[in-house]
Amino acid sequence: MDRVIAAISTAVAPAGIGVVRISGDRAIEVAGRIFRPASKKRALEDAPGYTAMYGWVFDADGDIDECVALVFRAPHSYTGEDVVELSCHGGPYLLQRTLRAAFSAGAVPAQPGEFTKRAFVNGKIDLTGAEAVMDLITANSRLAAKSALAVREGALYRKMETVLDELTTAAANLSAYVDFPDDDIPELESGALDKTLKKAEETLNNLLDKFDAGKVVREGIDTVIVGRPNVGKSTLMNLLAGHERSIVTPVAGTTRDIVEETVRLGDIILRLADTAGLRKTDDSVESIGVGRAESRLERAALVIAVFDGSEPLTEDDCELAEKSSRQTSIAVINKKDKGIIINTEYIKNKFKHTVLMSAETGEGLEELEKALGEITGVAALSDNEPILSTERQRLCVVRSLECIKEARQAIRESITLDAVGVCIDGAIDALLELTGERATETVVDRIFERFCVGK
Amino acid sequence: MGYIAGEYDVAVIGAGHAGVEAALAAARLGCATVIFTINLDSIGNMPCNPSIGGTAKGHLVREIDALGGEMGVAADANLIQCRMLNRGKGPAVHSLRAQIDRREYSKYMKYRLETTENLDIQQAEVVKIERLGERWRLLTHLETEYIAKAVIIASGTYLGGKIYIGDLVYESGPDGMFAANRLTRSLSELGISIRRFKTGTPARALRSSIDFSKTERQPGEEPVIPFSFETKEKLENRVDCHITWTTRKTKEIIEKNLSRSPMYGGRVRWVGTRYCPSIEDKVVRFADKERHQVFIEPCGLHTEEMYLQGLSSSLPVDVQLEFYRTIPGLENVKIMRPAYAIEYDCCDPLQLSATLEFMDYPGLYGAGQFNGSSGYEEAAAQGLVAGINAALKILGRPPMILDRASSYIGTLIDDLVTKGCSDPYRIMTSRSEYRLVLRQDNADERLTPIGRRVGLVDDLRWENFRQRQEAKKRERKRLKETVLPPTEQLNRLLVSCETTPVSTGVRLEDLLRRPQLDYQKLAPVDSQRPELDPMVREQIEVEIKYEGYIRRQRAAIDELRRLESRLLPDGIDYSEIKGLRKEAQEKLNRIRPANLGQASRISGVSPADLSVLVVWLGSRGRAENSES
Repeated sequence: MDRVIAAISTAVAPAGIGVVRISGDRAIEVAGRIFRPASKKRALEDAPGYTAMYGWVFDADGDIDECVALVFRAPHSYTGEDVVELSCHGGPYLLQRTLRAAFSAGAVPAQPGEFTKRAFVNGKIDLTGAEAVMDLITANSRLAAKSALAVREGALYRKMETVLDELTTAAANLSAYVDFPDDDIPELESGALDKTLKKAEETLNNLLDKFDAGKVVREGIDTVIVGRPNVGKSTLMNLLAGHERSIVTPVAGTTRDIVEETVRLGDIILRLADTAGLRKTDDSVESIGVGRAESRLERAALVIAVFDGSEPLTEDDCELAEKSSRQTSIAVINKKDKGIIINTEYIKNKFKHTVLMSAETGEGLEELEKALGEITGVAALSDNEPILSTERQRLCVVRSLECIKEARQAIRESITLDAVGVCIDGAIDALLELTGERATETVVDRIFERFCVGK
Repeated sequence: MGYIAGEYDVAVIGAGHAGVEAALAAARLGCATVIFTINLDSIGNMPCNPSIGGTAKGHLVREIDALGGEMGVAADANLIQCRMLNRGKGPAVHSLRAQIDRREYSKYMKYRLETTENLDIQQAEVVKIERLGERWRLLTHLETEYIAKAVIIASGTYLGGKIYIGDLVYESGPDGMFAANRLTRSLSELGISIRRFKTGTPARALRSSIDFSKTERQPGEEPVIPFSFETKEKLENRVDCHITWTTRKTKEIIEKNLSRSPMYGGRVRWVGTRYCPSIEDKVVRFADKERHQVFIEPCGLHTEEMYLQGLSSSLPVDVQLEFYRTIPGLENVKIMRPAYAIEYDCCDPLQLSATLEFMDYPGLYGAGQFNGSSGYEEAAAQGLVAGINAALKILGRPPMILDRASSYIGTLIDDLVTKGCSDPYRIMTSRSEYRLVLRQDNADERLTPIGRRVGLVDDLRWENFRQRQEAKKRERKRLKETVLPPTEQLNRLLVSCETTPVSTGVRLEDLLRRPQLDYQKLAPVDSQRPELDPMVREQIEVEIKYEGYIRRQRAAIDELRRLESRLLPDGIDYSEIKGLRKEAQEKLNRIRPANLGQASRISGVSPADLSVLVVWLGSRGRAENSES
């Protein structure tokens, strides 16, 4: 049975619609784990081929986006296998999250050209297409090799190498202890082993944190400015846009109706959306969200909640604070220049980050920038910082991390060392996938380097 | 040419641990078989340590036994001490290791060969082999000629053997036997790529010259656990081993005399033998290590020869004696046979397929040290596989290929034929990515059905196996269905084992899953339990305790088998497949993997190359379909 593969099959750029495609024998089952039809009577698994179903795509953290799932049954699909295409709103953040949900549900990242490859293998592309497919794979792999090379020279590679080195040494210690019981190998102390694992876990966690921050740097973050009327949303928007007017670059494929402005603030790219209302449209997917500023708020990766500091707190303000503080958010208490009479304590209690400013005069913009940097993790990044750059790299790290956690759990529960060893091998293998080596060989070599064993 | 002395199905060259298994397997499967040895008195000889088993090696012996091979039964019959290594480190790495009476073992094996139907034994050196149509012609030093459909080369360290002791260099096989000096040339003429490996062995010392009071006694463990699933009689520990350590003085003497070693004196350039390092290698490579461990092992019940494990050397005899005498207990040691290094010819195993047949020489097989491995158990495992496959081919039956997920035997062979080796290859538990599944306790479950299909598992063994499986199934069901009420007795027991008491009924299976509990500890509260074979009990316990980990390994195994089922047909010219990178083309052409799984393990073959292969396979399949 072939693995289920998934990838974003539209351009990863702000656009009206984005599609995550899932293909394989169990594609519908995998998609069914992350898609909830709006109608409770229906299930994705029961959908016949060539049908669309409206609902929500979700992950462990909750709903990601409204979505239309298109179901294709083998052999009547592009790849000739069962295929589900999840059409979501176009933002890269939402698409990435959807893709990750598919991975946690059992899919694996599609290799370059893999959909086409499968289409060919399943007879959907004729024989004359074979060469073209191979060319495609070769071209893609050259590209990948080039970027892999960049990885080898980069800070990420060095970081990974350190982790790998420590894990390999731990595995070698363990293997030597186990494989040469009669030799003079020091007793393995599980406390020391756990310490090594803990360190690796921290490093990898750190890399993962920065992966998301790195994405903010590269692709921008879906940001929404909310607030009741006349608190200064538009002024803030203009300030942010105007502040950077000269270097605002519309991202290719930007549909200006959806992402109003793409703004670079320091190191951060914000894709700002207005909540004043979305356009009316005939598009079935898009129309679902129209007119519902709240849903926009829920979908955004970052919420800037604006309050009028010169007026007392209103009921609407409180409701907004309640809602937006559940998400990654920042509170802006505006109109500082007019004197602050709002209950700032109340707001500061609700939000992790609160900025007092005046959108009118620009006062406090720097603080906003700083707060945005902290909240998106960009502030923690520096130029020489290792950053995971692709979803595939991220997934390898995630898998490695899972194995390390399992190894630590085994140690905690006093499971024997052979099980711990297998978990560490798994962690090494996941990281080695980025360099194409194999755990068992690396570990065996390390044993002989480090230990005087043998008859 | 001489006269034709015999025509056979299978001819085996060499009667060491590989040759013996190969010949027995082929003969038992009904093939007319002949086995050649330079000296009939060295059949199944142990020219190095007098022991069988050890980590991962013990697994191999169990696997050989489960398939219907001889080594496990023979080891049990001649065992003089036994230990289960790695207790407490986990079931995956529990390994049996036994001291063996080496002369008795050799006698046993010789008698086995002599009394096996379809098997002839010849004391002769094979000096030449050549093709004769679809068959092979063998010529011996006695100028007799043999014709065989299949030939298995299991030449050990005899092939081109050369012994080094200090300045001394002389042609010799192991243990003072003659070397086989002429066959290499014949193999080279055929076009087989031959290389030279080195190994070594320590001195044998006279027991009465050793002062054991200065050493640490290492007795066997009770009860003795047999290697073979079929050994029913109780075995006994009959000897002790002893442990001592080298001293600072030992190190000094070795360092002072390094120039007199063939290697450090610069007279030879040996690729480091990682698993069998000499004491001088250890002193040089691990210079900061103060002392090295030495095991003193008896070579048998009716001999005073003691094997000094850890002291292999190629230093001159006088230096050997000098440094041996710096070791506590060995102050007045008398050496009976000196340590030596031996160099020998072997093949590059990348020329072989997983059946151990040479890809370019149908009917020609290699096994054991000839294939670049080290160790009796590794040799026996390959001998068995080569013997079985030679016979199956002659009988017109499909080959027996053991994949990595089935066994350590499969792992060992896959490593050799896919990755090759640059120094003698030793099996280790860390070589297997599936080691929680490949345990010594379940070798029968993994391999006896395969052995049965092949034809080496007789009715009695099969019946015993099925009964064990039945008992296991019943007991698993009982453990799943038996619920213990939360009695005071149960909770007292749980608390005394430092695990949490229960307030509701609890299944036996769930109790067994707790790390603090085991079968034995639960005995007082599990009064209904049936009599169980200890092996079965062990299997059940491990399966329950490690269920989560085992499940994960099984998923990885499914993935492996999916790739292994995509066969790459024979005779592909990979340089003609567009899209493969050059390195991949070269490696694939050289190693010629049998399937995509094997291809994926070749270093230098990337996932993209694999994708190209999949597409290529697909287009090829379709082209063939449209033709037919």
